[in-house]
Amino acid sequence: MLTPEGERVEHPDYDIDLTPEEIRGLYRDLVLVRRVDLEAVALQRQGELGLWASLLGQEAAQIGSGRALAATDMVFPTYREHGVAWCRGVDPVNLLGMFRGVNHGGWDPAEHNFHLYTIVIGSQTLHAVGYAMGVQRDGAENATLVYFGDGATSQGDVNESFIWASVFNAPVVFFCQNNQWAISEPLEKQTRIPLYRRASGFGFPGIRVDGNDVLACLAVTRKALADVRSGQGPTLIEAFTYRMGAHTTSDDPTRYRVASELEAWKLKDPIERVRAYMFKNQLADQDFFDAIDAEADELGKDVRKRCLALPDPEPLAIFDHVYAEPHRLMEEERAEFAAYLEGFEG
Amino acid sequence: MTSLTLAKALNEGMRKAMEDDPKVLIMGEDVGKLGGVFRVTDGLQKDFGEQRVIDTPLAESGIIGTAIGLALRGYRPVCEIQFDGFVFPAADQIITQLAKMPLRSLGKLRLPVVVRIPCGGGIGAVEHHSESPEAYFTHTAGLRVVACSNPVDGYTMIQQAIRSDDPVVFFEPKRRYWEKAEVDTAASAADWTPFDQARVVRQGSDVTLLAYGPMVKTCLEAATAAEDDGRSVEVVDLRSLNPLDVDRVVESVSRTGRCIVVHEAPIYNGFGAEIAARVTERCFYSLEAPVLRVGGPSTPYPPSRLEDHYLPDLDRVLEAVDRVFAF
Ligand SMILES: Cc1ncc(C[n+]2csc(CCOP(=O)(O)OP(=O)(O)O)c2C)c(N)n1
Ligand SMILES: [Mg+2]
Repeated sequence: MLTPEGERVEHPDYDIDLTPEEIRGLYRDLVLVRRVDLEAVALQRQGELGLWASLLGQEAAQIGSGRALAATDMVFPTYREHGVAWCRGVDPVNLLGMFRGVNHGGWDPAEHNFHLYTIVIGSQTLHAVGYAMGVQRDGAENATLVYFGDGATSQGDVNESFIWASVFNAPVVFFCQNNQWAISEPLEKQTRIPLYRRASGFGFPGIRVDGNDVLACLAVTRKALADVRSGQGPTLIEAFTYRMGAHTTSDDPTRYRVASELEAWKLKDPIERVRAYMFKNQLADQDFFDAIDAEADELGKDVRKRCLALPDPEPLAIFDHVYAEPHRLMEEERAEFAAYLEGFEG
Repeated sequence: MTSLTLAKALNEGMRKAMEDDPKVLIMGEDVGKLGGVFRVTDGLQKDFGEQRVIDTPLAESGIIGTAIGLALRGYRPVCEIQFDGFVFPAADQIITQLAKMPLRSLGKLRLPVVVRIPCGGGIGAVEHHSESPEAYFTHTAGLRVVACSNPVDGYTMIQQAIRSDDPVVFFEPKRRYWEKAEVDTAASAADWTPFDQARVVRQGSDVTLLAYGPMVKTCLEAATAAEDDGRSVEVVDLRSLNPLDVDRVVESVSRTGRCIVVHEAPIYNGFGAEIAARVTERCFYSLEAPVLRVGGPSTPYPPSRLEDHYLPDLDRVLEAVDRVFAF
């Protein structure tokens, strides 16, 4: 709906009408999440995070889909959905905490209707379907949106989740960010047909959307969520995008992909096209763009400051929250460990 | 003699096995061009081609399940599980099929599949990248389970595992991947220590430390430190967890009279429990003190900022040495 050059094109089935204010909001989201991501990469480089999985290049897929959600809808992310987390009001510092190693999650999923990150590839797709089945049994109208990657589509769990969703007509939308790579493995190691076409074999609609077009991602996700709410069952959305960075900060993509591929995708940048569109149509002036850039810098600084201030957990926190109810073995080992630590102080 | 890191020693061992036997295949996620996330398979696809070094789709159950099929057709697949925490999607294939199919065929079928698992913590990783799942597999009859601790064993044991007609779960201590040693790659395989044997890696007379994989080095350091206190510590690298080389363990503990098992995995129902029971049965009258265990707390592996507290270290081992003497 928005070409890489920033031209607006109409789509017969999926059009949306956004106010200039809404477009400016999307632009702001895109810029801010990219800024947080850059800061996180820098923090990792400086040894402040153990790891970071960058969303660079996937901002539109995440903001477009994330902004299609109602507050009461539920989201199940992978480990890369920092943009969606932003849309759900999760403080970016919480995301950084997990990659810094101060906790394994650290936000309240119920408060944000944004589940914890899942690192084990594909697991969360089944959780999402189960959650949606619960919503269905409650007679509620909330939708569930689950994210996963192109690589994940090979996992048994993901295929099982398609079957469950289909058989139970679960109110769930599958959002696959096809960023063309699963670490070093290109898409053709996972599939011979376009991923969205997998859906038809499972008995529900699949659609491919330009994942670098925030308007298209918003429109398509809105429609799929609306279908779910009206009881029409699941949709698979394949957001066709590109992982512009390394898989994570531990990865070295020069070992397996050519620079020209990256260059080609640079021309399809998800943010540039919104900016061009806004300029052309006078939806914003230079002051607006400057203000957003300034806000992004402030946010980057703030995130850095608060990340560095994150306290290391207390050693005895190892024993916290393992069980909901009192548990003898935990108590015993906690006491032993406390005594052991005291031995050093004394 | 060549100076090799553990990662490189494993790599050279697999290369040798592939040269020796055209049926040996490498399979896994990112094992091809990338050479694996730890580069253990680096260069193998370039030299042996995509038919023998296979970048698989992202599904561990698929990796092991198809490896079983390849083995049924006469191949010897060496499967890489990218990280310890990701072996579980493959657990069904490993436990219900790989471990049991040979027996069901009354010995007619052989499944020479190696499942390589980088294991253990200490690298500051996120969740599921630092686990020690050995006890799940030692509990499964039909699998051989081994753990290498150093480049020499990496080079030899991987080849022995590949040659074995049994399925082998092969643990590699990831935090030791970059540590070097001199490896004699020209030594004849006949002179290698069999891969189901333990090895005394430091002799001592007062207490036996039993360890495998990443903790062998920690125990050796502890033994050196304990020397200053006038304690003579023997360290045994178990190498094979199933079968366990009980006789060598018993020989050592009968001499020293004291035994401490050290592993990263949680103590509760960990592999140390099996050793403690066996040592108690076989060495009861030689023991000066109960068998002690040093291991991780019985909790999930913590976030990385806490892992130094979770992992057994020099101090924790020495504290156990003090305790075993105080008895
Ligand atoms: C079960 C499991 N196996 C392996 C891994 C290691 N791993 C982490 S990310 C990844 C690739 C995922 O690719 P994709 O699904 O396309 O998502 P992307 O990282 O591209 O967003 C792999 C193999 C894992 N986390 N979980
Ligand atoms: Mg991908």
